[in-house]
Amino acid sequence: MSAPIANLDLPMESPAPRDTPFRRSLRVFLRNRFAVGAAVVVLAFVLIAVFAPWLAPHDPYDTDLLRRLQPPAWLEGGEWSYVLGCDALGRDLLSRIVFGSRVSIFLGASVIVFATGIGIVAGLLAGYLRGWVDAVISRLVDILLAFPYLLFAIGLMAMMGPGLLNIFLALAFKEWVIPCRLVRGETLALREVEYVEAARAVGAPSWYIMGREILPNILSPVIVVSTIRLAHVIILEASLSFLGIGVQPPTASWGSLVADGRSFIVDAWWISTFSGLAILVLVLAINVTSQGLRDAFDPRLQA
Amino acid sequence: MMPPTAMPQTLAPPDAGHDEPLLEGPLLSVRGLSTCFATADGVLRAIEAIDLDVMRGECLGVVGESGSGKSVTFASVMGLIKPPGKITAGSVRLDGVELTQLSAVALRRLRGRQIAMTLQDALTALNPVLTIETQLCEVIRAHDDDVARLPRPQRARAARGRAVEMMALVGIPSPRQRLGDYPHQFSGGMRQRIMMAIALACRPRLLIADEPTTALDVTVQAQVLELIAEQRARWGMSVVLITHDLAVVAERCDRIVVMYAGQVVETGRTADVIADPRHPYTRGLLASIPRADDPSLPIRPIQGTVPSLIDPPAQCRFYARCERREAACLAAIPVMSFGDGRSARCLFAEA
Amino acid sequence: MSFSAFAGRLLHLVPVLLGVSLITFLMLAATPGDPVDIMLGDQQASEAQRLTLRHDMGLDLPLPQRFGRFLKNAVTGDFGTSYFHRRPVAQVIAERLPATIELTLVALIVALAVAIPLGVLAAVEKDSWLDRAATVTSLFGVSLPGFWFGLLLILFFGVTLHLLPVSGRSDGAIGIPTVTGLLLIDTLLAGNPQAFRSTVAHLAMPALTLGLPMAAVLMRVTRASMLEVLRQDYVTFAEAKGLTPMRVLFRHALKNALIPTVTVAALEVGSLLGGSMIVETVFGWPGLGRVVVDSISTRDFPLIQAAILLYAVTYVLLNFVADLLYTVVNPRVRL
Repeated sequence: MSAPIANLDLPMESPAPRDTPFRRSLRVFLRNRFAVGAAVVVLAFVLIAVFAPWLAPHDPYDTDLLRRLQPPAWLEGGEWSYVLGCDALGRDLLSRIVFGSRVSIFLGASVIVFATGIGIVAGLLAGYLRGWVDAVISRLVDILLAFPYLLFAIGLMAMMGPGLLNIFLALAFKEWVIPCRLVRGETLALREVEYVEAARAVGAPSWYIMGREILPNILSPVIVVSTIRLAHVIILEASLSFLGIGVQPPTASWGSLVADGRSFIVDAWWISTFSGLAILVLVLAINVTSQGLRDAFDPRLQA
Repeated sequence: MMPPTAMPQTLAPPDAGHDEPLLEGPLLSVRGLSTCFATADGVLRAIEAIDLDVMRGECLGVVGESGSGKSVTFASVMGLIKPPGKITAGSVRLDGVELTQLSAVALRRLRGRQIAMTLQDALTALNPVLTIETQLCEVIRAHDDDVARLPRPQRARAARGRAVEMMALVGIPSPRQRLGDYPHQFSGGMRQRIMMAIALACRPRLLIADEPTTALDVTVQAQVLELIAEQRARWGMSVVLITHDLAVVAERCDRIVVMYAGQVVETGRTADVIADPRHPYTRGLLASIPRADDPSLPIRPIQGTVPSLIDPPAQCRFYARCERREAACLAAIPVMSFGDGRSARCLFAEA
Repeated sequence: MSFSAFAGRLLHLVPVLLGVSLITFLMLAATPGDPVDIMLGDQQASEAQRLTLRHDMGLDLPLPQRFGRFLKNAVTGDFGTSYFHRRPVAQVIAERLPATIELTLVALIVALAVAIPLGVLAAVEKDSWLDRAATVTSLFGVSLPGFWFGLLLILFFGVTLHLLPVSGRSDGAIGIPTVTGLLLIDTLLAGNPQAFRSTVAHLAMPALTLGLPMAAVLMRVTRASMLEVLRQDYVTFAEAKGLTPMRVLFRHALKNALIPTVTVAALEVGSLLGGSMIVETVFGWPGLGRVVVDSISTRDFPLIQAAILLYAVTYVLLNFVADLLYTVVNPRVRL
């Protein structure tokens, strides 16, 4: 005979004290081994980018014509101090890839941060204030969305010329519309909610309501979307650099490394292969992480 | 709604095309049926050790609140439980044929033909992107022997003819013109009737109506129930009315089965059970309905909530809400029978 | 759909198209460098000739008028003369467009042909090894840089295995009468099986490179929407009717499940347009995309401008078609 269960009369769910939705989502995320693993990989890449000068075995700009197109260490003719082989000018591929991560990661991250910031502000203004502000912003968003991404970036680059700053501007100029659209939609929904009405009734100014009442509630979906977009932006920058319109030599991003290796694809397949592999691994890790974030933080999945 | 006319010649007698049935004993006999669902929080025992019978030609009411397992029971009977759900024990016999042992193909042939089911909301039960004609004709072409016997080119027309007949039978005006319409073009009551037409199209021997009245307003409710009663009278079809509405059961059902927290807690003839409920839950249910003959009587809702069905302890599941709790109730409670088909799952049912 | 509703939606396009044209115009108008200089290149010209050229190109007009002229010309198909090719831009585009269209179409077909069956299977066999494999593959597909994937394919199938040609559109297709501009069809119409096979071989890798990442996206959409559909009451009811699983799947579930897939596919075709620029560059495919990329290094602004406008307008129209498609496919949303 089983002992009586004392709290049979109590409701089934009794949440622990101070268990905010954020903490619950975080716990769900941490339970997902793949997502956590992927997040660690992303972090590793960031650290590599930050500490590149100390981590790279050689100087990425150090040309050595004797080592021209030297194969990776495990193939005949390679050596272990130049693990992944060398490019057409004898520069160590691994070092170039390590330094290339700085461009790819920082450019991608800064575009996303900038675009998300602008997008949030624009979206809040458009969604909350409505009226002509909304009309102007929405129209602008529609028009910008009408251009295919790569094409628009190419057009802007053609206009402004190549270079790191210009890529940043070109990508950011198109990217902000995505968080803007999302934030606007969420704001529209939230502005009718009771606590917002209450704040309005008490006479709170618009910027206060937008900042303190609405903003915290839209952060979740915005963060999830931004991580997904980060992956896209990194690939975009790589594509632009591959086409030659991105960063210019001697600065190298992973995309331009792949382009460099293209002419030698038959004789020295490692140049393009490993540079592109770096992109794949990072983007894959970001995508798995963002999938985990989505599963954990998506309000629809909150039980 | 059109009054039933003389039986048309195309309607065959109820058992045409079916295997030779036993004519004795219950039509449907369920013994010890248990179904579980694997969830993130553990194994959910949706129903446990269900025993019930559906007699030939009778209307059985299955009553219980949401989560009591009424729908799961009959979904299990029809073999519609899919992973992560699974029937873990029990037997379901339709005319002596053990359904749990049947192959998927054989079970499928049974559905729509010998056992039919209608769902609560006709708007979601009907496919929004298919016409009524498609949804009616496909069940006719799948099961109707008369249509199947015809040479291929004539089948579509014959099926359409049957479809129009069925629509007329359930009272849809201008059926021939409306065959090509989509579900959202009909009113709620009409949709319910169309769903009924689909279920009845192949003259099933057992109709399981899951909450047939919940989504409807009162006038339409009466019409739908009347429709079911008519067809029942015509063909001697057995009906299971799954509902949480005691009034409907009291009016239409011969016998009643009361379910609570995944178990059958009381069974018996409707009149008997309503006049003299033996299980505290049934008593509570009846006490919580306003009474038309004496509106001043206080309504007494049952205190507490339904227990979780994830790894439930082996004890009376109504324990927490029962007014008469005792130490003996903390063990597995068997079903006590009192003859005349009466039974209740309570140690104090005799009183 | 009622005509007024359709007309209303069409009208909605106008401001967007205008805005797109405006931005395209401004983009190039704001480009540093004197167009006349770029046009002339190394050629010497007198001041008078320069002025005439300036006048012909409309550069002496105020900005709004230049925009008006630009619009007027665009509508009639006059995009000026390409600096580099020294021919009317419209002509250059018309020559190269069929190759791009063919590539994009085949890539779309490949994407749909791969994504839909896989997505449906993954949903039906949820949580099986097939489902997990499909999910992982689609995650890879979405993370793959297109240009790198193309290079790998070239390395593997072209260089190592010598199985497929690595550039160009076809061998031996010269002399095939141009009926549709699509070599696949034209070679069949001309009754030349060798040229047809060559065309297919040349199309294989570019189409895969362009189509598979899109397939990855579409597969996830299909799977998700199929899972959603399979949970619906009408699927349960269809099963309760005793219909065969095939019929339930194909007649009841699929039609509903494909609605999101088709809508997303129509929207994603825009990204195919962008991706074709990369794929054409990697594979040396003689299409419009490669011309655009080349024209950047040659600073051939009329061409770039026309290409951007063309692509953007196509994209807007595609989105419009996607909207229409959605209302057609979903009877409940009929206006």
